[in-house]
Amino acid sequence: MPYGYTGKVLKVDLSTGKIAEEALNFEWARKFIGGKGLGARYLWDLVKPGTDPLSPDNAFMVWTGPVTGTFAPSSSKYCVVTKGPETGLYLDSHAGGIFGVELKFAGYDGLIVTGKAKSPVYLFIEDGHTEIRDAKALWGKSAHEAEDALHADLGESVAVMAIGQAGEQLVKYACISASYYRQHGRGGAGAVMGSKNLKAIAVRGTGSVRVAYPEEFKKACWEAMIKDTLENPEAQFGIKWGSPSLMWYTNETGTFPAYNFSDGVFAGAPKIDANVILKMTTKRHACYSCPVGCGNYVEVQTGPYADTKVEGPEYETIFALGSNCGVDDINAIVHANYLCDFYGLDTISTGDCIAWAMELFERGILTEKDTDGVHLVFGNGEAMVQMVHKIAKREGLGDVLAEGLKRAAAQIGRGSERYAVTIKGMELPAYEPKGSISMALSYATSDRGGCHLRSWPIGPEVLGAFWLGAEPVKLERWSPENKAKVVAEQQHQYAAKFSMEICDFDCWNNERLTAMLWPATGFEEYKDVKEFEKAGERITNLTWLFNLREGMKWEDVATLPPRMTEDPLKSGPTAGHVVPPEHFAQMLADYCRIRGWDEKGVPTKEKLEELGLADLSLERKEA
Amino acid sequence: MTAKMLVVDPDRCIGCGLCEMACSFQHTGEFSRTRSRIKAFRWEKTCDAVPLVCYQCEDAPCIKVCGVAGAIGRHKETGAVVINPDLCIGCRLCMFNCPYGAIDFDAVSGRLIKCDLCGGDPECVKYCSVKAITYTEPVKAGEFLKAMEASKLREQSKGPAAAAR
Repeated sequence: MPYGYTGKVLKVDLSTGKIAEEALNFEWARKFIGGKGLGARYLWDLVKPGTDPLSPDNAFMVWTGPVTGTFAPSSSKYCVVTKGPETGLYLDSHAGGIFGVELKFAGYDGLIVTGKAKSPVYLFIEDGHTEIRDAKALWGKSAHEAEDALHADLGESVAVMAIGQAGEQLVKYACISASYYRQHGRGGAGAVMGSKNLKAIAVRGTGSVRVAYPEEFKKACWEAMIKDTLENPEAQFGIKWGSPSLMWYTNETGTFPAYNFSDGVFAGAPKIDANVILKMTTKRHACYSCPVGCGNYVEVQTGPYADTKVEGPEYETIFALGSNCGVDDINAIVHANYLCDFYGLDTISTGDCIAWAMELFERGILTEKDTDGVHLVFGNGEAMVQMVHKIAKREGLGDVLAEGLKRAAAQIGRGSERYAVTIKGMELPAYEPKGSISMALSYATSDRGGCHLRSWPIGPEVLGAFWLGAEPVKLERWSPENKAKVVAEQQHQYAAKFSMEICDFDCWNNERLTAMLWPATGFEEYKDVKEFEKAGERITNLTWLFNLREGMKWEDVATLPPRMTEDPLKSGPTAGHVVPPEHFAQMLADYCRIRGWDEKGVPTKEKLEELGLADLSLERKEA
Repeated sequence: MTAKMLVVDPDRCIGCGLCEMACSFQHTGEFSRTRSRIKAFRWEKTCDAVPLVCYQCEDAPCIKVCGVAGAIGRHKETGAVVINPDLCIGCRLCMFNCPYGAIDFDAVSGRLIKCDLCGGDPECVKYCSVKAITYTEPVKAGEFLKAMEASKLREQSKGPAAAAR
């Protein structure tokens, strides 16, 4: 048995019912580490350019990392990799919990599902034995009910990922719920499962993971846990409050988006902040192998949503289903969060779509005729909750919103496009680019569309924290100088770290990450932190190449939604600010230069050779 | 007996399972939930978790039931009930007779496995960031358990429990 990896990949073709094991490609494992990187490399070969993401030809993959299933802190992350139905581009979406750990102990580094089942099925994987089982009785049920049923059938100790009604209905931003409250949220991977008639995957493993140099590995993991987490003051926010604590910093600095990205502060913030959530919290919960344990299991005590129980809401959710919809009723936010997990909807995209519809309603572009009588104004929590139901069931306006902002705007027309805040078809997360201009570059150059998890330059630019291990650079907040460098370097860090499958809430230090990676795998080149960063650059270029091969245009990258460049923020410390188009253009030009790409974002031949990706460049269509 | 014992507080446990990883690594050199002597049970829907350990009974059913002389005995310093893998014949009688499910069959070695308190320096305790597992003198353990019970009664009299942090 190899070190770090199990050395095996499980392949399931749902069209033919064929189940096979193959050896992990170790040359790729060395170059792309695992998780995101390995998934991207397999995706390059498996999915031909122009494939419809919701067709049987798309591949749906689950990938673990080389330290998944060890005591490396926060190492239970794993990801889904596929071609995304929302953007039509590369998609990976990560979650924690227990599923990845069980998959690895069941004997697999990765799972590749292709084809389409004739009728609803689920996969049951147990210690190298896999069955495609009938799931007709689960179809039409929520993700939670499906997971309940599989636990009842297969025992409490199986790990389950499942889609709800939203995934079955091919909602473009349908998520996958795993272990109930761990979501593969962004980009619509749940719809890819739905398109394959794949309701759920259940896995249980009794195997083990070995590492190449046990003593060195143990020492590195221990130091990471103590120094990066337990004794790190920055980590205490995650431990005590979890992600909602971020809102204090963004709201104070005018970077907490509100009212469909028209404001950078939210007056109702104190009613939905981390302390309010802490008061509702009855239990703290951790993903496997995580000493942070940022999960808050909350219970609504009173009012119309009493008895709602859910792990959450996270920071992104109190923005999307809170401030962005103008909702300051924490109980409504918690309930909408619960419904999203239940139906299998991404909370960010769901909230953003509803916020956009609220703006259209207030502007008279939509009326109560369009909303089936729902008074869809900002701040109406009840209306927001109703819309979540409608989107999941594709009822009325919900059917339009279920297509995501880009398609919904094209369908509604009447000037609604002007207010749709999306980048490459993905709705934006909770860091206001008008208050943090580097985030505009971060979103624009993210491989999966408008996403904050490819780089997080707002940290050093505005919040003064989380430099993530690299040399500190003095950043002038409103200047475009040095921003591209930060974004590029962070993208390398994130790509490598998410390939190793360590959570972004832990271990912000490349030296410590490599100190765990090389003894786990035995890949001695990763003793050099530069090799780790280079792997990150390689993976970043690979996913970008995939997007170029799919026909991603430079205009898709270089064009921001008009709300970002034309509509100044209304109040707070960032009032009056937009993303100045000339600043954005300069950051993009700097970025391409730093990347070794041409001015239209196409990697040069020399750069691809340097990164060991020359074999992929030949297959690429010109952008 | 004055040897220390493991005390678990399920209310503090967040289910991270680092105890399992630390235990299996210490005893087998590899990472495995199945080969861990400690078990952290997780209930995902309700976010509950409970660590299960061996209580190292004074009058241990596993020692009494074992038919092989010396295969299960007590460690002189730590007081831990330990299985000698060289003498164990893998019959599993001890496993079936443990009232707490604290003994497992290890399919790799073909022997029974259980907590040996790591010779008096338990790894699980070191990796428990929330102090849900502590290694304590029996006198203090009694006090600790009483305090836990008392705080539960206190919370019940004051409405919903605050998060255990």
